[in-house]
Amino acid sequence: MIGESPTRSGPFAHTANTVQRTMFMVLLALLPATLFNLYLFGWPAILLFAVTVGACVVAEAACLVLAGKPVSATLSDGSAILTGWLLAMTLPPWAPWWIGVLGAMFAIPLAKHAFGGLGQNLFNPAMVARVALLVSFPVVMTAWVAPHPLFTTGSPTLHEAMTITFAGETPDGVTAATALGYVKTELSRGVPVSESLQEYGRSSVLTYAPDLMDLATGFKPGSLGETSAGLILLGGIFLLWRRVITWHIPVMMIGTLFFMGTLFNAFDPTRFAPGFFHILSGSAILGAFFIATDYVTSPVTQKGQLVFGFGVGLLTWTIRTFAGYPEGMAFAVLLMNSLTPIIDQYTRPRMFGRTRKGEPLPVEGQR
Amino acid sequence: MKLFPIRGGIHPEYRKELTGDCAIEALPLPSRLYIPLQQHIGVPAEVLVSEGDLVSKGQVIARRQGPVSVNQHAPTSGRVAAVTEISAPHPSGLHQPTIVIEPDGADAWGALAEPITDPFAVDAQTIEARVAECGIVGMGGAGFPSAVKLNLGIRHRIETLLINGAECEPYLTCDDRVMREHADEVIDGARIMAHALNAPKIVVAIEENKPQALAIMTAAAQAHPHLEVVAVPAKYPMGSERHLTLAITGRETPARKLTADLGVVVHNVATARAVHHAVRHGRPLVARVVTVSGQAMRTPKNVEAPIGATVSDLIAFCGGFAQRPERLVQGGPMMGALLPGTDVPVVKSTSGILALTAEEINDRRADPCVRCGSCVAICACGLVPVEIAAHIRHDDLDGAARLGLMDCVSCGSCSWVCPSHIPLVHYFNYAKGALNAQERERRKSERTKTLVEARAARVERIAAQRAANLARKPKVVAATEEVGA
Repeated sequence: MIGESPTRSGPFAHTANTVQRTMFMVLLALLPATLFNLYLFGWPAILLFAVTVGACVVAEAACLVLAGKPVSATLSDGSAILTGWLLAMTLPPWAPWWIGVLGAMFAIPLAKHAFGGLGQNLFNPAMVARVALLVSFPVVMTAWVAPHPLFTTGSPTLHEAMTITFAGETPDGVTAATALGYVKTELSRGVPVSESLQEYGRSSVLTYAPDLMDLATGFKPGSLGETSAGLILLGGIFLLWRRVITWHIPVMMIGTLFFMGTLFNAFDPTRFAPGFFHILSGSAILGAFFIATDYVTSPVTQKGQLVFGFGVGLLTWTIRTFAGYPEGMAFAVLLMNSLTPIIDQYTRPRMFGRTRKGEPLPVEGQR
Repeated sequence: MKLFPIRGGIHPEYRKELTGDCAIEALPLPSRLYIPLQQHIGVPAEVLVSEGDLVSKGQVIARRQGPVSVNQHAPTSGRVAAVTEISAPHPSGLHQPTIVIEPDGADAWGALAEPITDPFAVDAQTIEARVAECGIVGMGGAGFPSAVKLNLGIRHRIETLLINGAECEPYLTCDDRVMREHADEVIDGARIMAHALNAPKIVVAIEENKPQALAIMTAAAQAHPHLEVVAVPAKYPMGSERHLTLAITGRETPARKLTADLGVVVHNVATARAVHHAVRHGRPLVARVVTVSGQAMRTPKNVEAPIGATVSDLIAFCGGFAQRPERLVQGGPMMGALLPGTDVPVVKSTSGILALTAEEINDRRADPCVRCGSCVAICACGLVPVEIAAHIRHDDLDGAARLGLMDCVSCGSCSWVCPSHIPLVHYFNYAKGALNAQERERRKSERTKTLVEARAARVERIAAQRAANLARKPKVVAATEEVGA
């Protein structure tokens, strides 16, 4: 049996890349969208964000201590911060503090350390937490607010924010529906999608009239970090440029979602939302670049990543269109996570000098 | 020329600028030379000299044993000081039989084999015999007896002789310098080898990060229409025999076959030069160019050193260490091996001696695998290193073998690219060794079983025969009685 002792075998050169650097790059890529949304939703969002990330880090440290693993070395890899950050980005921005803390409990001890810690978990910890919270606390988890940018009238002060986040006292008249939610509710009332989409902009509390442009820039209700498709895309392109991720999962996921949306919308625009609406609303872009691409829970082979991206896109569209929930990205990612090992097994590359089945290639023109 | 893509590959920091512009310098004769009897893959040579014998430069001092073995020659004139055992240039540092020569300073060649003035008029066997006699091995690092590879023309129809000047290992510039300074010798050697192989075409493949070598070799190749110099992308492991063959011919060598099965034979540029010396001048392989580099070395150089000079001789010639090296490596940093010390000799396959600093190696404690898939993306052999390593970690070596462990060429790209710095190649080397040992053990027990069974059968046969003889005896008696009656 091979030992874990430090080795003196080659190669005697290594890339400058590290896990820590990778995590740092992802955090950096998330920064523009996060800062914009913290500005958009004001102090309550900032408090919730801090609580969620902090709870994840504390939970990670506690798990490491209990497992007898090196604490500071592992904490510094940044993976707990990233999990907390991504979880916070998918929460309703004015949700109470315990949502963040409970989410951290689902994400870190349950979804990550119960499986053996970094690299061992089958499911994306942030998505496990989000889904567990959504199923357990459906009302709190769908209490969206209209944008209340910092330093504008109506934006809660830090003091007011404390009561919102820590006492759970949401002021009246601030809630709003997300585009996905609105369209879904209206459809169930018999309003065609094509009408409700136009209606959405003029709906009650929304001071902004979101068209596709607003969906992209992010001045709209939604989760704490997912409203600005444009800034998230910017971060995603940064990750592609720095080669932290490859194009396979995001392109396949967004492509599939767009294709399904466009295709069905062409058949029946009263029942099915168009492709652009699908990719620009909810957490489609965030999911494609930052969540479905999670190394640990997605396939390692490039062909497998294409299959995985396709699956997430298809399931997201299916859940949004036919299931009870307006948004399906988190469910789609978790469902595909469970398929990752089997996708990996069936998408191994062809070995050099061998056929797909592993037999040696025949010698051409054998002499 | 149309090139074909190879899968994966990496772009490590080449650091060839440390020695790329250093012209080859001859090492002054050291006070002692240590010539191991085994500097190659195969059977060690047998000693012909004993302590006190006077030898001349180029004299055979150890005779090859069988076809996969090579002669060893005296690298200079002098006296045999000892036939002893010293530490081998291998990470184990195990001792091996070695002839120690004290140079007399005259460096006088003895009687050499007759130069072959027109190698293109002689048959393949003559050239192969000369290459074998002159002790030439693959100088790219593997050290396989070259004559064996010149024999491939008999059983295979060889279309292309591929001269490997890729030199894809970082740091190493010895092949680059040989091409820049001795292009004519390399090309002549290549033409002789092509003649022996009956190969109509020669391709010299050089990575595009060596523009001077490309220009000089292209100019030198002008006179020979069947010889083409080709720039290949600078991408590790382009210099791997099978991958270079794929890049040049577009054909993939089937698993467990040789490139010769595709009609391609690959030889290193320095080997071609050695063949030129052997055939045109009758000179055996007694010296080679070694890149002495690394940021811990005071003055990195390309040194032409006699075989048997010690690593410490070369380090001293390069001004010693500028700082304490973290690792002392022979060969390139990707596939090279740790040197057990500086007292070991330079052998025929030593392409480099690297004194590396901790910053250059950039190794660190291994973190958990995050399944980033980099190792899968870069593996030039189409393997899934992360999965193979997982099987090895759980001692499932057969599972690792099913995933293609034995097809791994140990190029080290996966270890290089791993953000968690997991020593994947170390896992694979361990598992390959363990599997080979298992296989040897299995063959041994099979052999024992056949022997035991054969013995049991023999014993039974003898017993049966004896019983039959006994049974026949009374009959004979009876017959006699009958006669008597």
